[in-house]
Amino acid sequence: MSTTFEKVKKIIVEQLGVDEDEVTPEASITDDLGADSLDQVELVMAFETEFNIDIPDEEAEKIKTVGDAVKRVDEATTKE
Amino acid sequence: MKLLEGKHALITGVANRWSIATGIARQMHAHGAKLAFIYQGERVKDEVQKLAAELGGGPAIECDVSNDEALLALSQRIAKDFGGLDILVHSIAFVNKEDLQGKVYETSREGFKLALDISSYSLIALVKALRETLNDGGSVMALTYYGATAIVPNYNIAGIAKAALEAIVRYLAFDLGERGIRVNAISAGPIKTASSRQVGGFSKMLDKVSAGSPLRRNISSDEVGKTAVYLASDLATAITADVHFVDAGYHAMGMFPDPPSDS
Repeated sequence: MSTTFEKVKKIIVEQLGVDEDEVTPEASITDDLGADSLDQVELVMAFETEFNIDIPDEEAEKIKTVGDAVKRVDEATTKE
Repeated sequence: MKLLEGKHALITGVANRWSIATGIARQMHAHGAKLAFIYQGERVKDEVQKLAAELGGGPAIECDVSNDEALLALSQRIAKDFGGLDILVHSIAFVNKEDLQGKVYETSREGFKLALDISSYSLIALVKALRETLNDGGSVMALTYYGATAIVPNYNIAGIAKAALEAIVRYLAFDLGERGIRVNAISAGPIKTASSRQVGGFSKMLDKVSAGSPLRRNISSDEVGKTAVYLASDLATAITADVHFVDAGYHAMGMFPDPPSDS
């Protein structure tokens, strides 16, 4: 769990240019980390590329916080 | 000798590593072309400059294709940096997100104008600005999609803009044909990009192609890139005014087999 969080955090820091400290599990990707709609899409694509998973649109829409992203990545990676 | 050795290409439409234009740039670079890129806006600047550096270190120039002065400046910059241009890749489209779902008759006049200006007229504007810089025998290509000629729900005004773009390709092929410059369109199957994901129900479009196309799979931006290399190269010197499908054959299907049952 923690390793996924670390990897997700790294991707978010790179993609959104935010400080590591800001990326907490509770942080809202839009409200706290300032992602616009295009950032959100790119973030999902970065997760897909880095973890070699597929996140369909309807699942991507449910990712609101950093914790949601970690959960989604964990679910997708354990499924395979 | 590489297929595009000694050729200079201007690549439009790179926004990030997933852009179709990035796949084209990767392949053109691999086949020896020298690349220049244009981008619009601070937002994508870093990403495009990074990709330009990775793909041969050519210039990444900010240019708003709806601004004729910016296009003129672009033409002068390309003439200065490259001397002439052999390849122009048009991979630009913009449609308001609300126009990529629902009913086409709900498209506003402003939404229509914007979509057609950025997605279709921009090819005319680029060719107009770059016509003196384009070398005789060069190759111009534009990215289009099947939704230009067939109904693809939710693609809506984007399909209408692509229909205009395909017609523009044919007319420009006639205009430039006297100089041996070829103009073609590449009709790529759906590819997951930051832009395509804005189309309503996009994930399902991918599923339909992987289930229903003759090759039973989706396609990659690098496969589009390989076709772009061919069209830009001297292997395609008699091909112009054409729409070339890179879609695993999906466009040729008239009826689809039943989906496999889950049992």
